[in-house]
Amino acid sequence: MFDARDYELLAHVQLGLPLCPRPYEAVGTELNMSEQEVLERLNRLKQQGLIKRLGVIVKHHRLGYRANAMIVWNVPEQLIKALGQRISQFSFVTLCYQRPKQPEWPYNLYCMIHGKDRQTVLAQLEQLNADCGIEHLESTVLFSLRCFKQRGALYQPIDKPILAHGCY
Amino acid sequence: MLNPLPSHPLTYEQPLSNALQITPLHTRLLNDFQRDFPLSPRPYLEIAEHLGVSEEAVLSALSDLSEHDYISRVGPIIPPNQLGVSTLVAMAIPPEQLQRVADQISARPEVNHNYEREHRFNLWFVLIASDAVHLQQVLDSIDEETGYQTLSLPLVDEFFIDLGFNLDLPHV
Repeated sequence: MFDARDYELLAHVQLGLPLCPRPYEAVGTELNMSEQEVLERLNRLKQQGLIKRLGVIVKHHRLGYRANAMIVWNVPEQLIKALGQRISQFSFVTLCYQRPKQPEWPYNLYCMIHGKDRQTVLAQLEQLNADCGIEHLESTVLFSLRCFKQRGALYQPIDKPILAHGCY
Repeated sequence: MLNPLPSHPLTYEQPLSNALQITPLHTRLLNDFQRDFPLSPRPYLEIAEHLGVSEEAVLSALSDLSEHDYISRVGPIIPPNQLGVSTLVAMAIPPEQLQRVADQISARPEVNHNYEREHRFNLWFVLIASDAVHLQQVLDSIDEETGYQTLSLPLVDEFFIDLGFNLDLPHV
């Protein structure tokens, strides 16, 4: 489905397209690939879902979205998919994941809300809980405090580059 | 949006002494081009024509936004676990140890998005590795180095279709 050249290309463009009139040509020059090949590969990777979106990646915090809450629920297994799909529809939800429960961590459904302040986020969460009818589920809200590291260097062994997913 | 921020030495804010004056062009670029960036030889020209400005103006505005840290880049978002394996890790660290442990963890190239959160599990980060064996090695090595247990919470399913983020920015 994708080859070593695709990996190389993704590893490269993941750092950001150059801000010059012909960015794909510039990327191609670095990788010894024609501009047309760069465009064809990126188009295909996007169709294949390996590129989820391509565009301007904003920094929420810098733009005034200072309250970042991770909300976790303990959801019965049979409801989790429908509920996850429902939650991901809310415009203020920026991520929605299922992760396994652990002995000391009873939660299995996660979502993120980025808002301008805590009050707004908590009001949005209340609306979400009410609309989905899940106020009774065991849950907790974890607001972020300090950010120690947002994005690191890419981990890239020589034979198999690994790509970080983007920052939110 | 451009009010001075509460100063906290450990957040990722930049000093605002050289704050960028946000123009309508900046706003449009921030809000309207988070997805479907043109895959054509002159993408910035295409955007410029759409917005009725010059290609140079688009390039210079994006460069301003990047320099002032409003955007991290123009590029792709790649879903987790497509190229390598990742997991979300939680740790419960005594508050007085948190900075030291967080710094040890941030120093590792496999670590992204390392945050303090309000909970007994107060340290949360994403680990990305080449394969499951490597991932487990990093987890074990963190346990050993820090003296605290990692709680690994790998992705089971992802529901969100990422279409970017509506910033609700004032059109100035």
